[in-house]
Order: sequence, then C-alpha cells, then structure tokens
Amino acid sequence: MKYLEMDHVKKSFDGLEVLKDISLSVEGGEVLSIIGPSGSGKTTLLRCATLLETMDCGSLSYLGESAAEIVDGRSVYKKPAELAKIREKFGLVFQSFNLFPHFSVMKNITDAPIHVQKRPKDEVYKEARELLDKMGLGDKERAYPCQLSGGQCQRVAIARALALNPKVLFFDEPTSALDPELTGEVLKVIRSLAQMHITMVIVTHEMAFARDISDRVLFMDGGVVALQGTPQEVFGSDNPRMKEFLGRYARL
Amino acid sequence: MSFSVMLAQLADGMVRTVGIFFLTLLFSLPLGFLVCFGRMAKKGAVGNLVGILFRAYISVMRGTPLMLQLMVVYFGPYFLFGMSIGNKWRFPAIIIGFSLNYAAYFAEIYRSGIESMPIGQYEAAKLLGYSRTQTFFKIILPQVIKRILPAVTNEVITLVKDTSLAYALAYAEMFTIAKQIVASKSDFTPFIIAAVFYYIFNLIVAVAMEFIEKKLNYYH
Ligand SMILES: Nc1ncnc2c1ncn2[C@@H]1O[C@H](COP(=O)(O)OP(=O)(O)O)[C@@H](O)[C@H]1O
Ligand SMILES: [Mg+2]
Repeated sequence: MKYLEMDHVKKSFDGLEVLKDISLSVEGGEVLSIIGPSGSGKTTLLRCATLLETMDCGSLSYLGESAAEIVDGRSVYKKPAELAKIREKFGLVFQSFNLFPHFSVMKNITDAPIHVQKRPKDEVYKEARELLDKMGLGDKERAYPCQLSGGQCQRVAIARALALNPKVLFFDEPTSALDPELTGEVLKVIRSLAQMHITMVIVTHEMAFARDISDRVLFMDGGVVALQGTPQEVFGSDNPRMKEFLGRYARL
Repeated sequence: MSFSVMLAQLADGMVRTVGIFFLTLLFSLPLGFLVCFGRMAKKGAVGNLVGILFRAYISVMRGTPLMLQLMVVYFGPYFLFGMSIGNKWRFPAIIIGFSLNYAAYFAEIYRSGIESMPIGQYEAAKLLGYSRTQTFFKIILPQVIKRILPAVTNEVITLVKDTSLAYALAYAEMFTIAKQIVASKSDFTPFIIAAVFYYIFNLIVAVAMEFIEKKLNYYH
C-alpha cells in the first residue's frame, strides 16, 4: 500500500519557483532517501508533505486518505478537522530538534500521547521508557534538553516522534546540526528503525548512509526530481548532474 | 508629634500603597495579555482594525503622563456624563487608571516575549498534534514567562514608586500622608521614613522576583 503519495507538487516563494512539478510515492515499510545540493528544495518538499507549508499545486495523501487534491491546477486542502486526523499519520524530525526546553526528556516524549492522543498514562510511560532504552538514553528521562548533547537531543526528538506511532516518519537532515563525532549515534538509531521496517523519508547529506539503508533514493536538483531508483541505480548513474554532485562530496 | 504617632499615621498610608500595588498587578497583568493579543491581531479586516485600535491605545497610554491619566479617569465621569463623583470613586479610579496604564506596558513586554519565540516550537507542537490553545498554554507561555521576567521585574519596581502618583487625586497613601505631616509639622522625618519604606518595599519585590527567576532556571 502507498503510505505517502505526492503528485505534481509545485511551490513558489514570492515568484521564486522552488518545487517544479514533483511526484513521489512511498510504500509501507520502505525507506526513501532524498539527496541533492542545498537550495534544491528538499526541505520545502518535506514541509509540504508534513503540512507545514501549503502547496501551490499538487495532491497529497497518506494511506489513501487525501489531504489535498488538485482542482483547476491548484491545491485544494481538506478541512482543518480532517487535516488534524491526517497529521496523526506522520511525524517529522527536525534538523534543529525543536525539543521543548522546559519539559524533561520524559515529558517531551509522553506529553503529546497523553494530552493529544488521550492514551492511558501508564501505557505511555512504559512505551516511552522502552523507546528511551532503544535510543540508549535509559538514564536520561529526568534530564532537560539543555543538559544533553546534540546527538542525545536528536535521539530524544526521534523518540518523541515515534511515541505517537506515526505511519511515516520524515527526517530533515537529522545530523547536519551535529558535530561529526555525534552523527554516528543518530544514524545508528535511524538504521535500527529501518531494520524494524518503519516507513521513512530521509533528507540527508550522508551519502554512504543513504546508500546503505535506503530502498530507494531520490536525487533532487533545481526543484525537480533529477533521478530516482535503487541506491545502486542512483549512485552508479551516468547522469552528469548526479556525478557532479557526488564529485563534490568525494572532494570534501 | 512623636515618632511613634508619626509612624502610626504613615502605616495607614503604607497599607493603602501596598493595596494600590497589588490590585494594580492583579488587574494589569491579565489585562496586558488582552491588550497584547489585540495588538497582535492581524487576521482579516476586523483583525486589522483591532490591531490598529490596540496599537493606538498602547501609544496613548505610554505617550501621556500617568498622573494625567489618573485625573482623566477620576474626573471623566463628571465632565463627560455629568455624573457626581465623590469620595467613593477615588480609590476605584486610581486602580482603574493604574491598571489601564500598566496593562499597556505589560502588553508590549508580552509581545516582545511571544515574538522572540522560535518558530520551530510552534511547528514541533503542530506536528505533535497540539491544538492552538494547548500550544499556547503548554509550550509557548511558560517559555515566554521565563523570557520576560527581567522586563516585568523592572516594570513592577517602577510601579512601587509610581503608587505615589495617587497623591494627585488626594488619596491618602503613604506619600500623601508623608507630605501632609512634613508641611504641617515642619518636620522632615516622614520623607525619610517614606524613602526607607519604598526602598524596603522594592527590595522585597526584587528578592521575590529573583526567587522566581531562580525557580525557572532549571532550563535554558
Ligand atoms: N519560507 C521561504 N521563503 C522564501 N524562500 C524560501 C523559503 N523557504 C525556502 N526558500 C527558498 O527555497 C529554496 C529551496 O530551499 P530549501 O527547500 O530549504 O532547499 P534545501 O533543503 O534543498 O537546501 C531556497 O532558494 C530557499 O531560499
Ligand atoms: Mg534543507
């Protein structure tokens, strides 16, 4: 089943066309990585998918439930109540974590399941502790975000998103704000999620990582999908733009 | 006049001064939020109009002397509607005048705090499914309070001293009584007592606010 489907997505910011007719879909259990030079529109695409940004044109649906459809060449969104239901289907891990600084680690993770999803407290706490153990943060539940390293913060952010049991989890450059020695611990966690067949869409600049864990890779350039396919197909492609892009990474 | 008699008379005034202080805070702190939201309204034509009105309100409140505003509130009912104003109206007029004025200052402090919040906090809350009310009260407001506390402390300390402006309406608070005794008895002591009183009052306020700031220092 298609967990995420986006078709003919267009988005401009004051005349600057950032997304020029992008279509993509993600199957349940699939890991899709999105790579591409900075400014190519990757973040904007994720923000459109997660309803943080409204598309000018394009349709968007999760598990067959439509959030927006194209009518006369423009996106028409569903009513706020319906969008709120669709929001339950996905989570997003931000580049800059966006943890709530005044909440402890535990409260960051449990507050939304308890007060938004209205699930029983005991069950939520139990699950949160399991999540924290899985993230290697079993001893941090009482800590506040300001007492944690960037890598630990990002793992809490991942746990916070997972606690709501999303069908699709988006990551926008989850390791870009981290010191190099901390990226490994976050990538390890994401890798473990891939092994659990959690459906993920990951924007990343970690090429080796993308090649390793993705079922499919999508290369964006200048607001269009320049290339997509299996990691082997994309990274082994003769596409000149892709080669130039990879070349830049090889030189780094 | 013996020192103890003087002190007893001034003590009455002190109680009234403290009364003005607390009642003003009680009304102006919440009212500030109302003014702040009005000032920040911008959705649609109505929102625009509301925004302009509250902006004008803040501008007038901050642009004219508080003493003058107190006079307007006190004498306004008589000059505008021909209502008789008596002794009973004096105290409410003072509290209304102070509250309206301080609400304007607090509104601007709240606004600066709310606008300083990173957009990522709103976006994270939205992604997690929090409603707008939940987002404001659970995520935004607690952080805003921490951010604005130093500015609020400044304002509260100014209020302690501003209470003496009630003397313009001949309300028998601390400063009014001190002035009367000095004038009638040609004794300067009440002013010294008044100074010590205001200073200690502010010291207590400062210590209390510092205590709250420390309480909120468990994160940054
Ligand atoms: N809110 C915005 N307003 C104006 N321009 C924007 C906005 N968001 C992104 N852009 C522009 O869109 C382009 C693509 O940005 P982005 O999606 O962040 O790319 P990427 O994530 O691939 O680096 C950039 O030129 C950026 O300046
Ligand atoms: Mg980006």
